[in-house]
Amino acid sequence: MSETVKIMAVAEEPEETLSMNPKKFILWLFVVSIVMLFAAMTSAYLVRRAEGNWLEFEIPSIFWYSTVVLLISSVSMHWAYKAAKKDDFGVLRTAISITFAFGLAFLVMQFLGWQDLVAQNVFFVGNPAGSFMYVFTGLHAFHLISGLIIILFALRAAFKLKIHAKNLNQIEICATYWHFLDVLWVYLFGFLLYFN
Amino acid sequence: MASVETNAAAAAHVEEHDHHEELSFIRKYIFSEDHKVIAKQYMFSGVFWAIIGASLSILFRLQLGFPNLNLEWLRPILGNWIDDSGKLDKEFYLALVTMHGTIMVFFVLTAGLSGTFSNFLIPLQVGARDMASGFLNMLSYWFFFLSSVIMFGSLFIETGPASGGWVIYPPLSALPQAMSGSGLGMSLWLISMALFIVSQLLGGINYITTVINLRTRGMSFSKMPLTIWAFLLTAVLGLISFPVLLSAALLLIFDRSMGTSFYLSEIYIGGEALPNVGGSPILFQHLFWFLGHPEVYIVLLPALGITSEIIATNSRKPIFGYRAMIASMIGIAFLAFIVWAHHMFVTGMNPFLGSIFMFLTLIIAVPSAVKAFNYITTLWRGNIVFTPAMLFSIGLVSFFISGGLTGIILGNSALDIQLHDTYFVVAHFHLVMGAASAFGFLAGVYHWFPKFFGRMMNKTLGYIHFWFTFVGIYLVFFPMHYIGIAGFPRRYYSFTSYEAFRTFGDLNMFVSIAAIFTFAAQFLFLWNFFYSIFRGRKAPQNPWRSNTLEWTTPVNPGHGNWPGEIPAVYRWPYDYSKPGANDDFIPQNVPYSQTPESNLPHENALIALEKEIEAQNYNDQFKQPH
Ligand code: HEM
Ligand SMILES: [Cu+2]
Repeated sequence: MSETVKIMAVAEEPEETLSMNPKKFILWLFVVSIVMLFAAMTSAYLVRRAEGNWLEFEIPSIFWYSTVVLLISSVSMHWAYKAAKKDDFGVLRTAISITFAFGLAFLVMQFLGWQDLVAQNVFFVGNPAGSFMYVFTGLHAFHLISGLIIILFALRAAFKLKIHAKNLNQIEICATYWHFLDVLWVYLFGFLLYFN
Repeated sequence: MASVETNAAAAAHVEEHDHHEELSFIRKYIFSEDHKVIAKQYMFSGVFWAIIGASLSILFRLQLGFPNLNLEWLRPILGNWIDDSGKLDKEFYLALVTMHGTIMVFFVLTAGLSGTFSNFLIPLQVGARDMASGFLNMLSYWFFFLSSVIMFGSLFIETGPASGGWVIYPPLSALPQAMSGSGLGMSLWLISMALFIVSQLLGGINYITTVINLRTRGMSFSKMPLTIWAFLLTAVLGLISFPVLLSAALLLIFDRSMGTSFYLSEIYIGGEALPNVGGSPILFQHLFWFLGHPEVYIVLLPALGITSEIIATNSRKPIFGYRAMIASMIGIAFLAFIVWAHHMFVTGMNPFLGSIFMFLTLIIAVPSAVKAFNYITTLWRGNIVFTPAMLFSIGLVSFFISGGLTGIILGNSALDIQLHDTYFVVAHFHLVMGAASAFGFLAGVYHWFPKFFGRMMNKTLGYIHFWFTFVGIYLVFFPMHYIGIAGFPRRYYSFTSYEAFRTFGDLNMFVSIAAIFTFAAQFLFLWNFFYSIFRGRKAPQNPWRSNTLEWTTPVNPGHGNWPGEIPAVYRWPYDYSKPGANDDFIPQNVPYSQTPESNLPHENALIALEKEIEAQNYNDQFKQPH
């Protein structure tokens, strides 16, 4: 009897209730809601595509280059994070600025991609195949702008020396969100290529 | 000199730290970040919307019950919505139905219910100072407020509010020229709902984060009150499904204002062909119901959680099947995402696919039944204390059962093809969702009123309110089953021109009279509510002799909820009438070492772990600079 009691007691070891920094947790939940937004969009795309009457067109090749640009920005974001961990403030500022610049470049390239689409006579108004293309890229760009704003805040904090090895929350949140936006684009681009 | 300076600096620091004690009126009561104030803001908004929503339903019930009634006397309020012959304008009837549904489902039973009780009870019951982010919480309320203002404003525009039903199916909702309500009213509906979704996401993210990260020492998931479980799962449902509605609404907005064809194809309107080709209106239904079905549980689960708490407390018995309750809520939440097409059996869906959705739908009856049985077995042989809150909770169980049974009927695609879009469906969801959740809200208000306002509500008025409402609701919705089986379609302005429907004219009149009676009974509640806020009897600290943590706070909890340390938790919340115990309840913060007389053998073994619980790390928001 006492043996079983002991075992039960061990099994009911009080768990730690503290698990994660609430702010970071909040960010992950935001990510979930954005994922659902795009999951709905891509499912709608598939359902609609299955019904036929689907316009086929070339995906602008500039999207390949913009993908690379966005990936590079993710690398420099990681570089910034590493620098913050080492209290290397000069590198931190440079790396955040590079990330921001590449993010902007990505947006410009997406816009050029839209112009390519227009040149192919694929418009926002018309066959849903084209409309979806604009909606995906546009919605992603909208979220990317929010990411850029968060980067600007991080940059300001970096100049005020508020980001350092003992205070990594802000840069971590910023980096997680940016990497997420990166992965999201890779997913969308791959999706559009595969299901074109 | 130097020491004087440091003193001044220290004083300045203290002052800075104390600043939140003396907030300005605006920061304290209007743009407040305190979860208790935000909860009250949601509560008053919810009550306001409930009055509006119910009044709209009385208007269309007048039309349905008394088709020849002269409504000229309403002209001062409704203006030109009363036509020249003194009757309700036909398109306005559709607007009324639409706005009634929208307001009740979203503004009252989603924002009003979750907003009030998740905000109020989550920090108090898990032992937290406040929500994870007070700022986001405040933002959530003000997004909701803005959304409310827009929706309310849309009631007063000349072309009328949205009129295509609360489900806003295209093409009716996508073409501004389709009917007058599809114009500006529909645009405002979409803007309002987009803001509403943002508000729900901000709120829900906060609820989830608070429950997971801000529990006090010892509050493991297996010691959490079922209310908290329900609020947590509700928030998860919202987090996953509301973004989908946002997507659907976004595409609809593009179709409406930019001319895309996501939902539109080959349409003639007024004899003229529209340029849109290639869209699919069914696509909208898929997206909508992917939210829409979870939404019905977003509305119901908090009410069920509130009921669990109230029934256990007032039966003076542990809740029957605590783990089964959690498991069935998780089961319901999971299944809620894979049954949406049962709203679409008549869209020309492949019958095989239909039978799959039918199968999945009928499985939901299993966890639902588990919950119903657990409530009944909790009541069974309890020392029941019939407080008004308890009566409303028992009423909820009754509605949940009688409305759930018709769900099983509707879930069969062969039967649904006959019953779809009739009053049978209206009866089903008003009982299982509308009445049940409204009872959850009322039960919660009666039960936690002492914690909200430090005063008690009047019991006798509560009893009268309960019986009038309970009987009234059955009188309204029970006959609707027959009207539905007889084939009456929903959202019809009048049935007088059909010979076959003549015989039911008096039944419709009866329903309308019952509705007016039930509506009138709610003023008893309103009076009791507002009167008690100012004049109610002063509440004791733990009026219902309940176990959960909120009753360990002062009668009027201040900023941060507990004046000293947050209590640690040692036991589950349902130790009622424990054999051997001195009292018939043992609050969660009483350690086993203090109750040797009632401990079970394995609980005695837990005494050794109490030190460990007390030493646990947890997020106390007051320990961090804020
Ligand atoms: C045993 C469980 C249930 C089953 C099998 C079930 C089944 C169904 C089905 C098949 C329909 C579609 C009827 C039609 O439009 O032709 C329906 C409608 C509806 N149900 Fe249920 N239901 C269940 C429980 C619930 C619960 C618990 C709620 C809410 C809390 C709910 C709320 C609704 C609503 C709001 C509608 C109507 C939506 C509309 O068309 O406006 N149901 N139900
Ligand atoms: Cu459903």
